[in-house]
Amino acid sequence: MTEKRIRVLVAKAGLDGHDRGAKVIAQALRDAGMEVIYTGLRQTPEQIVETAIQEDVQVVALSSLSGAHIQLFPPVAQLLREQGAVDVLVLGGGVIPAEDIPYLKGSGIAEIFTSGTSTVDIIKYIQERV
Amino acid sequence: MFDQEKVQALRVKKEEWDRKIVAKLDRSPERKKEFKTDSDALVQRLYTPAEVAELSYERDLALPGEYPFTRGVQPTMYRGRLWTMRQYAGFGTAEETNRRFKYLLAQGQTGLSVAFDLPTQIGYDSDHPLARGEVGKVGVVIDSLQDIELLFDGIPLDKVSTSMTINSPAAVIMAMYIALAEKQGVHLSQLNGTIQNDILKEYVARGTYIFPPHPSMRLITDIFAYCAEHVPNWNTISISGYHIREAGSTAVQEIAFTLADGIAYVDAAIRAGLDVDNFAPRLSFFFNAHLNFFEEVAKFRAARRIWAKIMRERFGAKDPRSLMLRFHTQTAGCSLTAQQPDVNIMRVAYQALSAVLGGTQSLHTNSRDEALALPSEPSVLIALRTQQVIGYEIGVTDTVDPLGGSYFIEALTNQIEEDAWTYINKIEEMGGAVQAIEKGFMQREIQQSAYAYQRQIETGERVVIGVNKFLMESEMPKDLLKVNPAVAESQIEKLRKLQEGRNQRQVAEVLQNLRIKAQTDENLMPTIVEAVKAYATLGEICGILREVFGEYQQQVLL
Repeated sequence: MTEKRIRVLVAKAGLDGHDRGAKVIAQALRDAGMEVIYTGLRQTPEQIVETAIQEDVQVVALSSLSGAHIQLFPPVAQLLREQGAVDVLVLGGGVIPAEDIPYLKGSGIAEIFTSGTSTVDIIKYIQERV
Repeated sequence: MFDQEKVQALRVKKEEWDRKIVAKLDRSPERKKEFKTDSDALVQRLYTPAEVAELSYERDLALPGEYPFTRGVQPTMYRGRLWTMRQYAGFGTAEETNRRFKYLLAQGQTGLSVAFDLPTQIGYDSDHPLARGEVGKVGVVIDSLQDIELLFDGIPLDKVSTSMTINSPAAVIMAMYIALAEKQGVHLSQLNGTIQNDILKEYVARGTYIFPPHPSMRLITDIFAYCAEHVPNWNTISISGYHIREAGSTAVQEIAFTLADGIAYVDAAIRAGLDVDNFAPRLSFFFNAHLNFFEEVAKFRAARRIWAKIMRERFGAKDPRSLMLRFHTQTAGCSLTAQQPDVNIMRVAYQALSAVLGGTQSLHTNSRDEALALPSEPSVLIALRTQQVIGYEIGVTDTVDPLGGSYFIEALTNQIEEDAWTYINKIEEMGGAVQAIEKGFMQREIQQSAYAYQRQIETGERVVIGVNKFLMESEMPKDLLKVNPAVAESQIEKLRKLQEGRNQRQVAEVLQNLRIKAQTDENLMPTIVEAVKAYATLGEICGILREVFGEYQQQVLL
């Protein structure tokens, strides 16, 4: 019996062009058997949510290294909720100060994975929750 | 260089020496089965003349300041003058960054390097919807000439050398710098500095593109031509490999893709009617100083040798300055960790040393808090002092190319050159860098290398202290730099006041003029200079160019 594969959207939020981490994680998730859609650069929260719903993903993984995470991550979680996609797991990564993490989690980002995280841990996290 | 008979005898002896070691490896193993460079080349147990038997001093090394410049582009190198100590800096408002500039200059840095925020780099004013959350975060916000005036307040432009990391809107920022010089009464021939102005690597590895390749190349060659005539001591481009390496490439890919980009720029300028010796002396480069110490030193030497050959053989350049690869280096940000951040100080120190032993003209050293935030003052001070220790205390600057002649260094230099040529020739067969980028070739190579690098960390094959070895609970550094969140609001207010107070008709006229000229192939620099002097904003000017040139459509490759 084949299990349905976990569908993940990896998204670069805002103007930040650092996509090495996002691409490495996208490839690692793919190698772990997930179906991964990568948005490319310069996505607004609205665009990310539209794509997430269109692609019917179970996970949205947001990346930002430009310090815009406070303004850009919470709206993604909020818009997903507003549009009824309440079961979507929203994750974040990049350069995110530890002191911002409680706020992000409070606004619906389930977990933040920062510098030094292993892809193995991310894969495990997703597989245990989806 | 070596007596071939003696080399052969040595080869025989060395093979016997190796055989004895291999026979005992079960009992006395080496730490790894194989030792490799970051570019996946094998590192031998020992290097002797046998490993560089074909080396010719005159052909492959020569003297410093002479073709092919392997040992350095100036005869005296650091005996004459140390590299420029040039710390990349910028955050928040122009006033805040101006203070950081003055601090760094007071602490002994010898050149300025400006970091701009993302909206500025992408041609948006602070009030643009896409600027939300980004204003002043990764660099200083510049919306108009007014901000440039504040940025350099109290800094005479004839007394400093300024490097500006600006690409798609480089013409606009250059125009603002020129306008400021004129206000300060500084003649343009007295201006020293660099604009990065390298769009090709934006498409490949950095992402702050605006326009498609063709009009972007036009803007770049307009700048080459304008500066050749009006700002002759300015480096009109910094052809960059730093970001390509940060995106995950190997050392070989870093220089191969950069030099291929360089070929494309020289081609474009020649097609635009410029004489190669007219602009080539003012091309400059920007490389990464990564962790594998000797590979990095060899990489810089190989890059000089390759570029000299390209400029002489392919482009027929005659002026010796056209053949010289001059470069700025930055230590590898991607190699630094959030865990145990003080360890980064040592990583940066060795990386900086490799750049100096590689003959860099200019150097930025990263701060220990690189993985966490923009540099705090204490952290950037340590980074600057790192350079000063190398320059003044340890004697490596007392002779030119001190590692030259090392069997290992020369073997590595040869290997890197050979492997880089393979890539460069492959890219030329595709039709050049622009085609290679459109086909996604560079991007795929980089991504493959980046993935392999991550795999090596996760299997433990590549050690990262604090991440996969010698772990410990480390304290989050106190006093990390935080950009004042009120910057966006205050900047938007400033913008509104500026737009109210200026001669609106003059602005409208010059923007219309720009719109018309952009559709011809006339050099746009004079019109852009006029526009910035009228206090047209960066966003307004780039808005016109977006209209005429269109926007680059990224291809999503994964």
